[in-house]
Amino acid sequence: MSALQAAVLVLVAGGATAVVLTRNPTRQVVLLSAYGITLALLFTAFQAPDVALSELTVGTVILPILLLVALAKVRRKEE
Amino acid sequence: MHVFPFVVVAWIILVGLYGIVTSRHLVHLIVCLAVVQSATYVLLLGVGYVSRGAAPYFSDIALHSRAVDPVVQALTLTDVVVEAAVSALLLAIAVQTHKRFGTLDPDELKELQG
Amino acid sequence: MTPGLRRWTFLVAGGGLGALLVWGFVGLPGFGHYPGPYGDLLNSVAVGQRHATDVVTAINFDYRGFDTLGEEFILFTAATGVSIVLRELRRERERTAVDEAAGREAPATSDAVRMACLVLVGPTMLVGWNVVSHGQVNPGGGFQGGAIMATAFVLVYLSGEFIALKRLSPVHLTDAVEAIGAGSFAALGVAALALGFPYLDNILPLGTSAGTVDSSGTIALISFFVGIEVTAAFVLIVGELLEQTLLVRGDR
Repeated sequence: MSALQAAVLVLVAGGATAVVLTRNPTRQVVLLSAYGITLALLFTAFQAPDVALSELTVGTVILPILLLVALAKVRRKEE
Repeated sequence: MHVFPFVVVAWIILVGLYGIVTSRHLVHLIVCLAVVQSATYVLLLGVGYVSRGAAPYFSDIALHSRAVDPVVQALTLTDVVVEAAVSALLLAIAVQTHKRFGTLDPDELKELQG
Repeated sequence: MTPGLRRWTFLVAGGGLGALLVWGFVGLPGFGHYPGPYGDLLNSVAVGQRHATDVVTAINFDYRGFDTLGEEFILFTAATGVSIVLRELRRERERTAVDEAAGREAPATSDAVRMACLVLVGPTMLVGWNVVSHGQVNPGGGFQGGAIMATAFVLVYLSGEFIALKRLSPVHLTDAVEAIGAGSFAALGVAALALGFPYLDNILPLGTSAGTVDSSGTIALISFFVGIEVTAAFVLIVGELLEQTLLVRGDR
């Protein structure tokens, strides 16, 4: 196992911990986006470019957009 | 060293479960569920990795060179896209819950009223 | 159960689960020592048999095409589920989102954001289409390309032009496109049945050489249909959630 893969694995573990320990949902969405990028790096290091492409579009762009729209909807009702 | 990726997978699963169990906001819970799902992707790709293997695309490498397992990659990539759609469904349910009960705190949603 | 007690219970149970997981993982062959025959076998025969240099896409749409059909129907059902869950309740006044948006003044999007988003819509669509159509040659395929094309639609919304988004993708058209995508995948399988082959067999001509866009028979066609289905599903989901932010709620 190369040093690059080990380093990115540590980054992914740290990223997951950071995403879970953030309680504010809006901040968590930004962290989820960054976590998606580290996952895409991990998948590229594991020689899986197809999966990295999937993760990059879905986990970094589409899922955070869905979350932000749902949060905006919830906040609007609270006004 | 040969078991380090799987230790990371176990760590991510436990951390994600901790987030789900101690969550105070339904959207936070859905994001933690997404984190647990990402652990399964890492597990699948870790199982299929071949040392010093290349990606299984033979348009620019020689035909019988060493490549990693393509089957787990096929499983994982459909999984990633489908997971987002299922998370969207969970979000829709959370939005309706807020509309109906006025709160998104799982502790306050204990009683199911008609 | 108080939060503190819940946390301690989880730590005990989580410790047990963690130990079980690590014990299980230690029994695996080890990272990098892949033993199984299936992957190596597919790597050596897929290019010759299907004339597709992208083995992962060949597996997705040909060797294990039936699993992909199931996954695509999960996507389809999730999009339908979002539409159903977010349907208008009896007590809500019904006004279409376009009327509501026209009357309400939107906060002014900054010009830099508008310019950047509108400029990127065309190239994103093109890149997505490239990824979908070259699925059998390079990394890509229906799922990834569909997600990229859906992002192009979302960029229209992000630039502040919600009304334009609603006109570009009315619900009926998006529903129809999604249904066509999912149905055509299943129909291609039935077409193989009608010609006397097994379901979802690769019946179209395989092309002259591997690694060109018109090779690999039904794989390219299925990739196209999956691409439009994924795009339509995500545009539908985002549209339904956005529509929700503009519905007016009646008195409770």
